[in-house]
Amino acid sequence: MRAVLARIASRPLPAPLLGGLALLAVMVAFTVSPGTFAPYDPLAFDYNALLSPPSAAHLFGTDQFGRDILSRTIAAAAVDLQIALFATIFPGLLGSLIGLFVGWYGGVADAVFGRLVDLVVTFPFLVLVIAIVAILGPGLANMYIAVTAVGWVFYARLMRGEVLVQKSGEYVAAARVLGYSTPRIIFRHILPNAVRPVLVYAVTDMALAILLGSSLGYLGLGAQPPTAEWGVLIADGKNFFTTAPWIVLFPGAAIVLAGLGFSLTGDGLADLLEVRR
Amino acid sequence: MNTPLLQVQDLRVTFTTGRGAVHAVDGVTFDVGAGEVLGLVGESGSGKSVTLRAIPRLLHDNAAVSGRVLWHGQDLLTIPDERLRAIRGGQVAMVFQEPMSALNPVLPIGMQIDEVLVAHTDMDRAARRRRAIELLGLVGIASAATRLDQYPHEFSGGMRQRAMIAISLAAQPALLLADEPTTALDVTIQDQILTLLLQLVSELGMAMVLVTHDLGVVAETCDRVAVMYAGRLCETGPVELVFNRPRHAYTDALLRSMPGDGAAGAMLTPIPGQPPRIDSPVPGCAFAPRCSYAEPRCTTERPVLTAYAPGHDSACYAATRLPARVEEGAA
Amino acid sequence: MTLLAVEGVSKRFPARRGLVDVLSGRPRQAVHAVEQVSLEVRRGETLGIVGESGCGKSTFARCLVRLYEPDEGAIRFEGADVLALQGDARRNFNRHVQMVFQDPYGSLNPRMTVGDTLAEALSVHAVVARAQVPARVRELLDLVHLPADAAERYPHEFSGGQRQRIGIARALAVEPSLIIADEPVSALDVSVQASIVNLFLELQARLGLTLVFITHDLRLVKHMTHRVAVMYLGRIVEVGPTADLFAAPRHPYTQALIRAVPHVKPAAREARRNRQAAVTGELPSPLKPPPGCAFHPRCPIAQPACAQAVPALEDRGGAWPVACIRVSG
Repeated sequence: MRAVLARIASRPLPAPLLGGLALLAVMVAFTVSPGTFAPYDPLAFDYNALLSPPSAAHLFGTDQFGRDILSRTIAAAAVDLQIALFATIFPGLLGSLIGLFVGWYGGVADAVFGRLVDLVVTFPFLVLVIAIVAILGPGLANMYIAVTAVGWVFYARLMRGEVLVQKSGEYVAAARVLGYSTPRIIFRHILPNAVRPVLVYAVTDMALAILLGSSLGYLGLGAQPPTAEWGVLIADGKNFFTTAPWIVLFPGAAIVLAGLGFSLTGDGLADLLEVRR
Repeated sequence: MNTPLLQVQDLRVTFTTGRGAVHAVDGVTFDVGAGEVLGLVGESGSGKSVTLRAIPRLLHDNAAVSGRVLWHGQDLLTIPDERLRAIRGGQVAMVFQEPMSALNPVLPIGMQIDEVLVAHTDMDRAARRRRAIELLGLVGIASAATRLDQYPHEFSGGMRQRAMIAISLAAQPALLLADEPTTALDVTIQDQILTLLLQLVSELGMAMVLVTHDLGVVAETCDRVAVMYAGRLCETGPVELVFNRPRHAYTDALLRSMPGDGAAGAMLTPIPGQPPRIDSPVPGCAFAPRCSYAEPRCTTERPVLTAYAPGHDSACYAATRLPARVEEGAA
Repeated sequence: MTLLAVEGVSKRFPARRGLVDVLSGRPRQAVHAVEQVSLEVRRGETLGIVGESGCGKSTFARCLVRLYEPDEGAIRFEGADVLALQGDARRNFNRHVQMVFQDPYGSLNPRMTVGDTLAEALSVHAVVARAQVPARVRELLDLVHLPADAAERYPHEFSGGQRQRIGIARALAVEPSLIIADEPVSALDVSVQASIVNLFLELQARLGLTLVFITHDLRLVKHMTHRVAVMYLGRIVEVGPTADLFAAPRHPYTQALIRAVPHVKPAAREARRNRQAAVTGELPSPLKPPPGCAFHPRCPIAQPACAQAVPALEDRGGAWPVACIRVSG
């Protein structure tokens, strides 16, 4: 960790990473204090301004109930940020631990893991998640369960491969000859060297998680109305797309920008965390 | 000495990299006579391999090469590609350190020999096959006829190196450029390959430039030696003179650092410090910071090659202060 | 006198089998990396183990520190059976027997500072009190002639030779009595090799270390070991006092090996040009070692009997043991 901090201090951050972090900072600011930025209550109806196009009063226009799209898009940032984090942290942690375990011990556990991976990757990711949510019932909590149940596989596979590489390194042999305990070798020596690709993947995966959360919200399986969530907003506006395209346009742009923010950050992080030998 | 076959004059190679220019070879000059074995010796980063690869223009596009490489009066660095191709693999052949990566893994050995024969001779198919069998026999590969149809992975490390030598000999070269041909091999196999190369040199009258980091290999196989450090030529001369009466402080220090000079268990004499980075040219002698004979001008003025005996040149201000080693060698 | 005794140690690695092999019921092949090696390491000595690639010297080294579990045989350290040690006892054994690795780039954790690497070894084994750790780290760095500020830096900031010093300091941290050094200078340039060799010689004199030095470089073995064991295809073919063995090698393989080493004396050149290769033929595959003496297909003095049985490592009328039925007196 100190190495990374020293590296960050020692050289200028690349422009893409700065751009990515700036986009994410905006999202975090919206989450922490939506009232500061939103001109209206995102749930308040205004029957005097139904489906009004972007104007000075409503910068992003309003929907069929007269709700301010700008305020709703800002309010939705909190939910989508939560989705981005939870839908990667849960599968990331679970998958990394499993990957560490099967990578280090190998043998039967690894063989079983291999078949499990084969099984999961046979199905499209989204189809599996939708199937699980359909069984458990719609809602954000069940969506997280479904994403974790499927998504851990990708993290575990990544971590396992990296552990196998590190395990054969002579510094690990040296640690064994020094009589270090297995948990110490795994968590203090292998993990810090193996975690980089997983971290980078997780940040990039957050972009996909936002798309996934929005897709499920759109399908009515994720966040439930009237909660403002970008996917839900788009679903709400889909019937008015030809007459009031601003209802879907601005939440859509928010999804794209948030995704871009995570992608740029992920790429920048990959460079930053690169270890020098 | 016979007239030189190959003359390398003021060769410079500069690589442009992301972090700036690297002066890998910095003004190297040497000759190779017909039938002569020249050792090009140095540690990693000395520019010895780059020098060798610059001769037949084998460096990549990011290398800027200047100077002259004269082969029968024509400059290999400037002749058209077509003429160069005729010489490369024909009169001038090359042997690499890693036969597994230098051989094409998907072609049988026989076909790889055949390619050279097609390119450089006008033999018919039957004659080429006879020649290929003859070549494998020449490099000591038994049951050559069946071996011709085998792939590189079916050969052991030593056999692959023999096969690569066979390929390089196919067009009867007058000069063999060998880049660390035995570094990847075990000592008994190295011994076999060196014996083979020496035999070929004396039987076919070939000249050879042998790049190596092993002073023992130089002492046993070369007529003359050129010592390189940080892209520059330190010293060049007949092997006996250079090893017994080194005229460059680096050669002297390198010979002293080898085990076997003193009594067993005695402390060795390492060269202090690290080899220099070659991304910025040094004004004086590149070895000065590590040199125990260094004087003030060594860091500011670059010593030029000076003759100390016929054919024995050195670029060192301490040349006459270095002790002779011949007594130690005899002891 | 005897610090470490090895008795009949063997290590085999099963070869990968394809599906066809399994279905056709072909027996599982194994690489016989180390076969029936017996050897003793005497307190205070430097024992060289020398051989070409595939002779099993590195596998044997890893068996000595229990990085590999031998399939057969026993290893005794100060009389105690090393292979039976478990848990704390095993960790305690590792305090006494340490290893220095070949690769100066791979053998240090790139994410830990040099100071952290050394401090970890000190604190895991509670070598010194916690408060003493920084002072001890400085002492260790000084012992291997690295500056004290090296502790703050990361491995990538050091050259190959300096990294090898760090690896040696790490091994010394737990105050071992025996160090197994597996090709510790092979990855370094000649001029840098000399300084690491000197460090080993100096440490041995200062700390009374016992050293097992594994290498393919006969010049190094000759210079820095007291006794040497020569390995060929998993077995020791000869073991004896270094100076005597180099002066009059008994096994035909040892003879060939010594003859094959290029001499740095240019006087050797004429002789070199007129002689044949020291030994013909290639190293056999350890998957299918030749029957009997593994060297017999390449041996200039082989007889039919050589292919019959593996020769035992015995004195055979000389001052040190040799595994060759053609040797007597």
